[in-house]
Amino acid sequence: MARPIIDIRNLSVGFTGRAGRTLPVLRNVDLRVCRGESIGIVGESGSGKSTLALASMGFLKQGLRVIEGSVCFNGEDMFARKLNQLEAIRGGQLGLIPQNSGQSLTPTMRIGAQMAEALELHCTLEKDAYRDRTIKLLSQVRLPDPEAIITRFPHELSGGQQQRVAIAMALAGEPDALLLDEPTTGLDVTTQAHILELLQDLARDRNMAMIYVSHDLGVIARACERVMVMYAGEAVLQGPTAEVLKDPAHPYARALLASIPRLCDPHLPVALDGRPPPPGGSGPGCAFAPRCALADDQCRAARPELLDAGGGSQARCLRHAQSHELTAGGAGSDPLHHRPDGAPALVLDDLSISYAAPGLLDRLFGGGGMGVPTVDDITITIASGETLGLVGESGSGKSTILKAVAGLLPPSGGTIGVGDGNALPEMVEQRRPQQLRRIQMIFQNPDDSLNPRHTVAEILAQPLRLYDGLSGKALTDRSVEILETVRLGAHYMDRLPGQLSGGEKQRVAIARAFAAEPEIVLCDEITSALDVSVQAAMLELLNEFKKMKDTTYVFVSHDLAVVRALSDRVAVLYQGRLCEIGPTEKVYGQQSHPYTSVLLNAVLEPDPDAAPNLMAEDVVELSPPARGCPFQRRCTRKQGSICENETPPWRETGGGHAIRCHIPLEEL
Amino acid sequence: MLRMLLRRLLLGVVTVWIVSVIIFAGVEALPGDACTAFLERDAKGKLLENCRHDLGLDKPAVTRYLDWAAGAVRGDFGISADGQQSIASMVGDRVKNSFLLAAGALAVGVPLAILLGVITGLWRDRWIDILFSTGAIFAMTIPEFVSATVLILIFAIWLGWVPAIVLTPADAPALDFFPEFILASVVLTMVMIAHIMRMVRSSVIEAMASDYVQMAMLKGVPYWRIVFRHALPNALLPAINVVALTVAWLLGGVVVVEVVFNYPGLGRTMIDAISDRDLPVVQALAMIVAATYVGVNLIADMLTILLNPRLRTQRMRRK
Repeated sequence: MARPIIDIRNLSVGFTGRAGRTLPVLRNVDLRVCRGESIGIVGESGSGKSTLALASMGFLKQGLRVIEGSVCFNGEDMFARKLNQLEAIRGGQLGLIPQNSGQSLTPTMRIGAQMAEALELHCTLEKDAYRDRTIKLLSQVRLPDPEAIITRFPHELSGGQQQRVAIAMALAGEPDALLLDEPTTGLDVTTQAHILELLQDLARDRNMAMIYVSHDLGVIARACERVMVMYAGEAVLQGPTAEVLKDPAHPYARALLASIPRLCDPHLPVALDGRPPPPGGSGPGCAFAPRCALADDQCRAARPELLDAGGGSQARCLRHAQSHELTAGGAGSDPLHHRPDGAPALVLDDLSISYAAPGLLDRLFGGGGMGVPTVDDITITIASGETLGLVGESGSGKSTILKAVAGLLPPSGGTIGVGDGNALPEMVEQRRPQQLRRIQMIFQNPDDSLNPRHTVAEILAQPLRLYDGLSGKALTDRSVEILETVRLGAHYMDRLPGQLSGGEKQRVAIARAFAAEPEIVLCDEITSALDVSVQAAMLELLNEFKKMKDTTYVFVSHDLAVVRALSDRVAVLYQGRLCEIGPTEKVYGQQSHPYTSVLLNAVLEPDPDAAPNLMAEDVVELSPPARGCPFQRRCTRKQGSICENETPPWRETGGGHAIRCHIPLEEL
Repeated sequence: MLRMLLRRLLLGVVTVWIVSVIIFAGVEALPGDACTAFLERDAKGKLLENCRHDLGLDKPAVTRYLDWAAGAVRGDFGISADGQQSIASMVGDRVKNSFLLAAGALAVGVPLAILLGVITGLWRDRWIDILFSTGAIFAMTIPEFVSATVLILIFAIWLGWVPAIVLTPADAPALDFFPEFILASVVLTMVMIAHIMRMVRSSVIEAMASDYVQMAMLKGVPYWRIVFRHALPNALLPAINVVALTVAWLLGGVVVVEVVFNYPGLGRTMIDAISDRDLPVVQALAMIVAATYVGVNLIADMLTILLNPRLRTQRMRRK
């Protein structure tokens, strides 16, 4: 084996907690990467994976320090180097692609200036060569029109473009090794797949070492040869990707895999109970023992070493041989499906929404037309007890539709009606309490939607007071009862949101929505801020409520696998227009709209044998075309001028499945 | 961009207009007018009527408001209640003097406050931060008349470096106020520094903890270059509005300091006019102060938009 370029030995990193105790964030981690190799580090939030990646650059977040072990780059200890030596390596031989490029690019500097800075620091070029070099790098990462890009500020680029700029910047120093900290998290599926392909091409061309840090096993499956699974700051399993993702020899890895919803599997994923220990809180035994089905006294007595588990993998588990019997996917509970003949619960009739409202001056001086509406021509009837999934890329208008239904945005045309056939008043202020009660919304990020200064009791009391007029003991009893339905006990009543984990916060948000006894619950990307194992628990919870209360859901997500797991029917949106709608199996089946195919083919599954099939470019469209099919500019099967001029007809395939395309059904 | 500029300007004009109506209505609602103030005990019968007729006070309020407003737009605020002086020329000198004092305090205070804010932000919770932060708070909490008196005692009386109070007449050229106005601006600087400094400190801390600064570190950018090119341009943007408020406060006349130092600025003129019940002067001064606040904040908003690429380009590309 060649000499590793990054060589981390027995690294432990920690911080000093209360009472002066040293609390470890990383525990005895070993990692060796050679040129041309790609290694994935997976784990849930708090597992220490990002800390490990940054430590390999000789960087620790404030408050952290090395307890033991070493990090060597090209044979020299990074933590022993002087700052100016580190500055030469960082961004030079060792590049970083950050998680959120939108926030990692300096907002007041033009792209060109930021790129030139990276070049100036790490290459010696003639003064006038910087611009050419920058343009060359930007076109290398396949950014269209690099001459224009260098004059832009970061916020003027889309998420995918920002990520490409970050990659180009990392390449500026001609690195020998690249660290990728969640390189595609937050990007649309098609963009994600394109960026990963690009990175793999670059790695191959330049023979770089790559370390991918991600919570997304699909990304790792696609991009890495070897995988290291982290839990509570430890490497619990490492080995070849195929081995680790297909038949992992560690109970945690198996549970993690089982909690991921799959495109091809109509079952709900299996949730992983409990939560990881806080730093320093894992006791003397195996850190996963409290959540492990196989754990016995021996596991709890002493921390296991990394043991050889066959197939080239090592597992930090005494029971790795038995672990192969545990489930690693499939076998989740069946979602409850609706009766298609249910009475309508929510009727959207020719709904259109326009963000570009004419301003004061426009009205004074005339002119300034309304332009093309952001969302247009949405006609959907959702039956009582049905779950409708709304999917599409960012900017497709999914959340906009939810906001209009909730009364947070005024529609510019069409009506929103509820079960009794009456149209709802447009805005939330005009709706009567009994109308408000019927529709409740759960938001993407519970950190933003729960008031940080209200206790759980106060949060739950609001709907109960407003809609049921409860007070005193009745209010408390009802709140506790509701908390128990989301599997949180009465002892959570006095907690503030800041004292809860992400999953617990989202449970409180769900409890608040259900406290109103709604008929319709709007879910806006409610699992996308959560870890996969927590996400699975949320999906189970929503399914239980459906069984108990016959709730109607409108479930918005960019994650096609999550939508598949929960929905009875799916509507696919592009640029605020419906492309396809129908029962879940049909939409995910063979015959579909060209856009649906693009989306489905770009999904990365946690399976090393499944490669995405990139059909359309990940161009970002700022506004929908004024006429014709919304997908005309990106469609690989465009028929000609008919697509540009005429709105495509709905083509019924039967069973309530309809596709809006000019291409005849037989050819789709 | 131009549209937005016009729109802000229009809103500013509307604000000033509303303020003018309120001021006029307020003065109108007070018992008595210029004639009762001028004639004092003789304010009755024929004499009062004649006076009101001469000054045009017997016309309806709306007509008088329009006359007054039309004059104010041209910079003519009429004559003062004693009937002798043109308000415009009297107030004009005071405005100049107040601006001079404000300029002195700002020229030292703003750069110093920003510098201290950056230093305390970069060395957060170190001794240098604690020293300057508590010092600034201390300077802000001492009332102006106390610090003014102490400074006069030390620098004017004990050391004799500068005169204790200003004896220069109001209409003297700007240079004649030097070195008399130094102490007054030092007192103002002490009061204003803490606001700006604390604002800058917290936004420097925020910027230094941001993802883009961490990214710049991991890109190998040297520390001071990160501070100057990546952190400060972003951190100083929110300071503009605090500076604007301070500027408006200074230009609006700082009554206590002007009285202590006998400085002939707007604040002291206002006090004198109020005690003399010189209502036309009070009206004029109130209008000037209101217009200054609106104007300074308008400039600050413009600057924020111009310097923040996010706001600037958004507006340009939207339409």
